[in-house]
Amino acid sequence: MNRSVLRKLYPKGNYFMQGDEAIAYGAIFAGCKFYAGYPITPASEIAETMARELPKVGGYYVQMEDEIGSIAAIIGASWTGLKSMTATSGPGFSLMQENIGYAIMTETPIVVVDVQRSGPSTGQATKGAQGDFFQARWGTHGDHPAIAISPSSVEECFWTTIDAFNLSEKFRMPIIILADGIIGHMREQIRIPDPEEVEVIERRLPQNEEEAKLPFGGDLIPPMPIFGRGYFTHVTGSTHKETGMRDVYTPSVHDKLVRRLHEKIEKHKKEIVKWEEKFTDDAEILVVSWGVSAKPSLCAVLRARSEGIKAGFFRLKTVHPFPSERISKLSKKVRAIIVPEMNLGQLIIEVQRFVNDDVRLIGVNKIGGVPITSEEVYNAIKEVV
Amino acid sequence: MSKYRMLKYLRQEVLPTTMCLGCGGGTVLNIFANAVDELGIDPKDLVMVSGIGCSAWIPSPYFKADTLHTTHGRPIAFATGIKVGLPDKYVVVISGDGDLAGIGGNHLLHAARRNIDIAVILVNNFIHGMTGGQVAPTTPFGAKTTTTPYGNIEHPLNISETVAAAGASYVARWTTANPFMLLKSIKKALTKKGFALVEVISQCPVQFGQRNKLRSAPDMLRWFLKNSVPLKKAMKMSPEELEGKIVIGEFIDRERVEFVEELNKIIRGVYVNAD
Repeated sequence: MNRSVLRKLYPKGNYFMQGDEAIAYGAIFAGCKFYAGYPITPASEIAETMARELPKVGGYYVQMEDEIGSIAAIIGASWTGLKSMTATSGPGFSLMQENIGYAIMTETPIVVVDVQRSGPSTGQATKGAQGDFFQARWGTHGDHPAIAISPSSVEECFWTTIDAFNLSEKFRMPIIILADGIIGHMREQIRIPDPEEVEVIERRLPQNEEEAKLPFGGDLIPPMPIFGRGYFTHVTGSTHKETGMRDVYTPSVHDKLVRRLHEKIEKHKKEIVKWEEKFTDDAEILVVSWGVSAKPSLCAVLRARSEGIKAGFFRLKTVHPFPSERISKLSKKVRAIIVPEMNLGQLIIEVQRFVNDDVRLIGVNKIGGVPITSEEVYNAIKEVV
Repeated sequence: MSKYRMLKYLRQEVLPTTMCLGCGGGTVLNIFANAVDELGIDPKDLVMVSGIGCSAWIPSPYFKADTLHTTHGRPIAFATGIKVGLPDKYVVVISGDGDLAGIGGNHLLHAARRNIDIAVILVNNFIHGMTGGQVAPTTPFGAKTTTTPYGNIEHPLNISETVAAAGASYVARWTTANPFMLLKSIKKALTKKGFALVEVISQCPVQFGQRNKLRSAPDMLRWFLKNSVPLKKAMKMSPEELEGKIVIGEFIDRERVEFVEELNKIIRGVYVNAD
């Protein structure tokens, strides 16, 4: 990415914008050059911003006929070396699942944004929700690793998207951004940095023909022999050998491939998994939240602490892989964990797996499209004091 | 085998192919390789994309180029991203009727509408072959398949006419019994700016023929020849007369604005030069 172009187009400073727009600008700062999408509320503003801004930096916007085509097109573009993204909401995210699996199996770096809305089905199309927590983990079929990250402010939408591109390029896999309709449509002040402040990671390409011979093996994260360079790369969603050639009959070939796909994430979990915590040193009551619900959670914790209640705050930035070790460790010091989220209890299931039975686990769950208030979280804290 | 002139275009380590005895897929692969050879295209400038099904195996993994073997029905959508990224390469989709006109029909229509510079060779064998011979959106009315044991009660999609109407620059239909016309059209499709479709009516004696009194490949090829009607002649025939016939020829050949060129025009118009 030409930094001087970015500097000229988006001079550093404070801007007032929507979360969706911040995602689009984050993508551009990360070097995104190809966007394919299909309109859907509440993610359409990402497409609109990309359609307007991408050509200015020499990038391509293509509106596809549906979400299946959108993710297919970005996978194709990624194999030509273009950093690629699509954005959608629940119904479109459901349609994309098959090709998310294809991107995992073919180790294709792409970024998929799900601006979550109230479901199931068409649900409340214009209302935000956090109901896709597990779909981001287990939406596509078969054993597979997953990385999903979730912003909880407009400014974080910008940085989360840059992280998503960097993770996808580094680990050669699809990265899911779990935003939501509230943050997507909310306007906040954000600071656009100088491009110099943004770390941008590029995928590893083969340095010679020899290195291009094993696009799916050799190293834990093999270099990617993109198309058009004369490598005669073969890419298939079927089980394949390290060369890329299909072999669906040898059990060890499948075993080795799928275990390596998991291993590249497992071995780098420490570097991938990010969270934010406050007042956890002395916390007796821990509020664990994510995305849009984290803001009211922190407000409630601050209010409780001003009254002398030893409350702590933990926010997942990376929702998958789950910060299991940290949650497990923190849970040993607290009496109760409160999990506010805009669904009927999804993150709480994951939390439950890593805490002892003697910890009281309380969900603050709200559906219907209206965000959780700090009052509601505060009341839950008061209940366990 | 070693004297086969087109062998240099194939990944020899993965031969022999998985195709059944008498399959039309071999003819398509051979003619495609000849088209590449006659045009003098360097395979390094080719990206082959296919979906799922027997016909998707014609280019993948056999043709020695960059090959992307995608999910069912989606190769044209994948190819769209590839063509945008590599506008100077030949992007070719070879896949079947079930893949491209059935589950992936919408992508076929819209790629034709956009007129993106992709050459599609759609191998139409009237059947879902790989899954064992189920009815397809191209199966003739009345034909027997494993899921139409009492005869097909649906009408087949006229793929070439549909794609021509959708906006493609070039559309032709031939059968595997017209290899030289097929070669000519594939060459034309490769060099045509815009969306080009060559529909190849191809024999599947194993899954289609056997259940429809066409037990062998020669039986099927003879049936193709007997039933084929050139487009010019077909224009003078009534729909009733054309029932069950295979209309062959060039359906459309025109110059029309191409999608990726337009996309780059936009960039040239608004791209910010920082200096």
